[in-house]
Amino acid sequence: MIGLAAAMMLVFNGRIAGISGIFGSAITNRSSDGPWRFAFVGGLVAGGVGMFLVDPSMFSLEMIPTRSTWAFVVAGLLVGFGTRLGNGCTSGHGVCGLSRFSVRSLVATLSFMGAGIVAVYVFEHVIGGF
Amino acid sequence: MRVLIAFVSGAIFAGGLVVGGMTQPSKVVGFLDIFGQWDPSLAFVMGSALLVNVLAYKFIVPSRPKPLVEESFHIPTRSDLDWRLISGGVFFGAGWGIAGFCPGPALTALGSGKTEVFIFVASMAGGMYLYRFVDDFVFSEVGNSSEGAPPERVKIDA
Repeated sequence: MIGLAAAMMLVFNGRIAGISGIFGSAITNRSSDGPWRFAFVGGLVAGGVGMFLVDPSMFSLEMIPTRSTWAFVVAGLLVGFGTRLGNGCTSGHGVCGLSRFSVRSLVATLSFMGAGIVAVYVFEHVIGGF
Repeated sequence: MRVLIAFVSGAIFAGGLVVGGMTQPSKVVGFLDIFGQWDPSLAFVMGSALLVNVLAYKFIVPSRPKPLVEESFHIPTRSDLDWRLISGGVFFGAGWGIAGFCPGPALTALGSGKTEVFIFVASMAGGMYLYRFVDDFVFSEVGNSSEGAPPERVKIDA
């Protein structure tokens, strides 16, 4: 389904479905092509609402060890800043970029997967929480 | 029309993320926890999404002069590697590992109405504004703004 949605954006709108780029440009740019960006984000949220009504257990935030509110604040800042600095996230680099065999996207994907693995190792096995 | 397509695509994307387990941070953290109880299931989610798009890029895009409802394809063409790409990936990956959320699943999970998700998304938006501010006022000073940036290395304290 993720693949179909991304391919649909490409084939119909000629756009890559890079979520950090779509969301980031929607909120920080005052460009004229905002409407479709907001529509895509609206679709994501609406899809989320629909799926939550079907099966709320798919949205469980339970984690071991638990994360504090501050963890979400810090992580959000890192994700927001990092995806804009690196021009992409899991969808843009990981799915859309790798499927075009982009070297930039491969390097980016290795960077964030590597950092993610290190962060999880530190928080799960060294510190034991955040 | 393109607005409608974007909305429907977003909704299908959200469905895929939820079915794939991406809206449960514990699954994401389990996927990244290769030194602990590794849960490889998300690799299949990403793998199947990749497969569909590899086919789309290989067979559909080259055979068409333009997309169905737009005048041209907007596909990134850059191939240079710079410190922004890598350090951006490192910042993002660290946040991803801490909270188990990347942008798509976080926006989708807003649909659950949970406070932590709203906090994460608000903070993510804050990080994006912070980047814009830093890009405008700091990076441009050293002549390396992202607008048509030359891929030369510039040292910054990150």
